[in-house]
Amino acid sequence: MKLNELTAHKIISLIKEKKETAESVFLAVKQAIDAFDKRINAYAHISEKPIKSESSTKEFPVPIAIKDNICIKDYPTTCSSHILEGFRPPYNATVVDKLLESGARITGHANMDEFAFGSSTETSFFGPTRNPWNLECVPGGSSGGSAASVAAHEAIWALGSDTGGSIRQPASFCGIVGLKPTYGRVSRYGLIAFASSLDQIGPLTKDVEDSALLLNLIAGHDEMDSTSANLPVPDYTKALTGDIKNLKIGIPKEYFVEGIDPEVKEKIITAIEVLKKKGAQFKEISLPHTEYAVATYYILATAEASSNLARFDGAQYGLRCYPKDKRRTPIIDMYEETRNQGFGQEAKRRIMLGTYSLSSGYYDAYYLRAQKVRTLIKNDFDEAFKEFDAILTPTSPTTAFKLGEKASDPLSMYLSDIYTISANLAGIPALSLPCGFSNDGLPIGLQIMTKPFDEEMIFRIAHTYEQNTDWHKKKVTL
Amino acid sequence: MKQYETVIGLEVHLQLNTKTKIFCGCSTEFGKNPNSQTCPICLGLPGTLPVLNKKVLEYAMKIGLALNCEINSLVKFDRKNYYYPDLPKAYQISQYDFPIAHTGYLNVKTGNEIKKIGITRAHMEEDAGKLIHDPKIKSSLVDYNRTGTPLVEIVSEPDMRSAQEAYNYLTTLKLCLQYLDVSDCDMEKGSLRCDANVSIREKGQTELGTKTELKNLNSFKAVKSSLEFEVARQIKLVESGERIIQETRLWDEHKQITVSMRSKEEAHDYRYFPEPDLVPFMVEKEEVEKTKKNLPESPSKKQNRFIANYELSDYDANVLVQDKEIADFFEECTKKYNSPKKVCNWVTGALKQELNTRKIDLLKAKLSSDDLIALIDKVETGVLSNLAGKDVLKIKFDTGKTIDQIINDHGFAQVSDDETLEKVIKEVIDENPSIIEQIKSGKESAVGFLVGQSMKKTQGKANPKKIGEMIKRRILND
Ligand SMILES: [Zn+2]
Repeated sequence: MKLNELTAHKIISLIKEKKETAESVFLAVKQAIDAFDKRINAYAHISEKPIKSESSTKEFPVPIAIKDNICIKDYPTTCSSHILEGFRPPYNATVVDKLLESGARITGHANMDEFAFGSSTETSFFGPTRNPWNLECVPGGSSGGSAASVAAHEAIWALGSDTGGSIRQPASFCGIVGLKPTYGRVSRYGLIAFASSLDQIGPLTKDVEDSALLLNLIAGHDEMDSTSANLPVPDYTKALTGDIKNLKIGIPKEYFVEGIDPEVKEKIITAIEVLKKKGAQFKEISLPHTEYAVATYYILATAEASSNLARFDGAQYGLRCYPKDKRRTPIIDMYEETRNQGFGQEAKRRIMLGTYSLSSGYYDAYYLRAQKVRTLIKNDFDEAFKEFDAILTPTSPTTAFKLGEKASDPLSMYLSDIYTISANLAGIPALSLPCGFSNDGLPIGLQIMTKPFDEEMIFRIAHTYEQNTDWHKKKVTL
Repeated sequence: MKQYETVIGLEVHLQLNTKTKIFCGCSTEFGKNPNSQTCPICLGLPGTLPVLNKKVLEYAMKIGLALNCEINSLVKFDRKNYYYPDLPKAYQISQYDFPIAHTGYLNVKTGNEIKKIGITRAHMEEDAGKLIHDPKIKSSLVDYNRTGTPLVEIVSEPDMRSAQEAYNYLTTLKLCLQYLDVSDCDMEKGSLRCDANVSIREKGQTELGTKTELKNLNSFKAVKSSLEFEVARQIKLVESGERIIQETRLWDEHKQITVSMRSKEEAHDYRYFPEPDLVPFMVEKEEVEKTKKNLPESPSKKQNRFIANYELSDYDANVLVQDKEIADFFEECTKKYNSPKKVCNWVTGALKQELNTRKIDLLKAKLSSDDLIALIDKVETGVLSNLAGKDVLKIKFDTGKTIDQIINDHGFAQVSDDETLEKVIKEVIDENPSIIEQIKSGKESAVGFLVGQSMKKTQGKANPKKIGEMIKRRILND
């Protein structure tokens, strides 16, 4: 097997044993990028040399792709949007600092849906990313570039961000492991906000052990982010025991209704059987407010986004445009033209949606009501976790769809996040891992959710499943 | 003509004197080079997050408690969204539905009465930057040094019934705030800014009339003059059968008139919503109680105590407490020199006059309580005349020398030796035979004239009391 096809934990041990060097691993990854990325387009910005810290302890010198909405000091950070063209932040995101301290080699910024608005990575200013399993298909979104880079071995592992499923859904479509940690588990400082109350940075990896390892590196309280939890961080690799005996796992009936692809449903049922054999107990449960999750999400997320994106106006940084080359013009015209040219269609759509739901006269009917429903959804989970250790669902109702298939139908696109959105609204952790392939060879993902800050339980179940199946060993051939 | 009643409410923006800004570590020092006190956070760069400066909360709580407000135990921030080039995030972090303090009052002296002016609320927020319009380059420049400076906005009830009352409220409020030591309350430096809402109604009416908002009131005088003008303008409008338009008006200092600020109708929709980057938290009851207990003595309490403890008149005590430094200095002197009335006379008289003519405050004057006591003592023991004492104080301010030094260097000591005085008296008596006749015929008051003449001859160094006695003895015994 080629070096870049190995997992991070394998690479770390090879380097520790001095059988390989960080340099040769990076070289292998770089060669894959050079060979495949013209076709995959997993990257928004590729770095010729690894971005690394000279003063690091170099314990984990693993090549990593970072989603284009996570700030890297003096490096283009654009959210794959025209409006941030030329922006090079004078600071690192906290997760980037942590990774550099660990010895990481950053390969570049992974492509994404513009400002993380999308479920297919088709809205990027740099063009769509393609699914390594089938180049006609989308990789999922919005962390599609991060997921594709790992699946195509153009990175050993990657960081994405998840606002409504943006790590888990592309992980599912690309056949890898994607984790959205508990809201507050990982610092958001330096993550260019889409919806501040929902966003969370998380790992995209080739297996569960890598996911635990990468979460170890990035989790923890950050004084720069007052929404980050001031709680101790366990060693997540210690949770990989293989023991799930007598764990109680709930299957929400609302996740298995119309719209789900029969092939997806079948694989989930098979996965349940695997876990049952290892001693887990399953029971059907109800999360009664599930049907409101998508509507609630699109009101709250767009409301916050409309406010978060208002700062991109051409005044301080990034793109600046004037109407018809008139340089002496009221500033409001400059704002207008910059935003007109700088934002893509989906960004404009969401800004309009969010502005509308916050505006006076509509606030109570939309934003306020959505906040109340959010509480109800959270209560559903609180109730469920009184009895159950985890909840198991499909990650996505379908496998990866074709490029362009949903691009012109925003509503059907929004529905592809139907199984992932609730975890963001409730702030709970959720992981997607491969649980099989469709007849046409596309990966299918299994989602595990637990109560807040119980990522260890997720890893325990996911790892046990992984060790008793072979899906994670199946590699893309390019 | 009908009788009208004026209704005025004031909104005061107070800039707190914390060393650092409200959501980052940048210095708040005044008058530094443009944009030299900024960082990615207060510039609102993408991905950055605010973290509350706890000092701001402490100060805001102090202000609320000093204004007899109730303190909201839930600390929550909101976003106020609007576009302006000096607002880098395109929203201002403020407090909307849960201000830190609400429902209080301030006792304000109006004429001979004390009136309770209601305080609606006081809330924390961040300041915006400053635009510099430069006609030479036909452009506007922006200075972000002030961006993120902590403010507390204090909103009064519309309880004031005249411009004079509003003026009194503002001066009382300023004094109250100065005693808290949370702001320098300097209107010229913009650390205390005031907007006024004003309307009129026919006497006896309870409904509020259409109000106008006056902005740009950057001195106490401007507050009074603009309100007087605006009330007169509104009455004139109503009397001539016209309608008052609800609008924002600016005070034109030069022309002494208010002018309409916005010509076109511009409805503001700030789209307030909870700031998701700052997690709401609770303030412990004990903390509020502690802050309350540690509040410095208010000006009115100090005034009452001065009257009771030092047997000062209402007037004297009032003059003393108008400046906290002066009041404290008075007490310090009194502890060392047990004659409060005499100390008070010197402090409120000669000392205040020196400070006023030099336009400095006591802290800059380099005058210790020991200095002033030494001076008073010299006058009381007859070493200096009252007049000479004032001259010594002046030189003290100019040179900073000790009182003894000044008396020596300038020969201020009173001349009391009999030989010199006898010589002077002889001269005066010889020069004024008619006056001597008057005295001899019983008009003793004419002695004063001779004393004056003697003082002149000794350049004020003679001891007037002694000289008077000597003259009388000489003439009447002759
Ligand atoms: Zn700053």
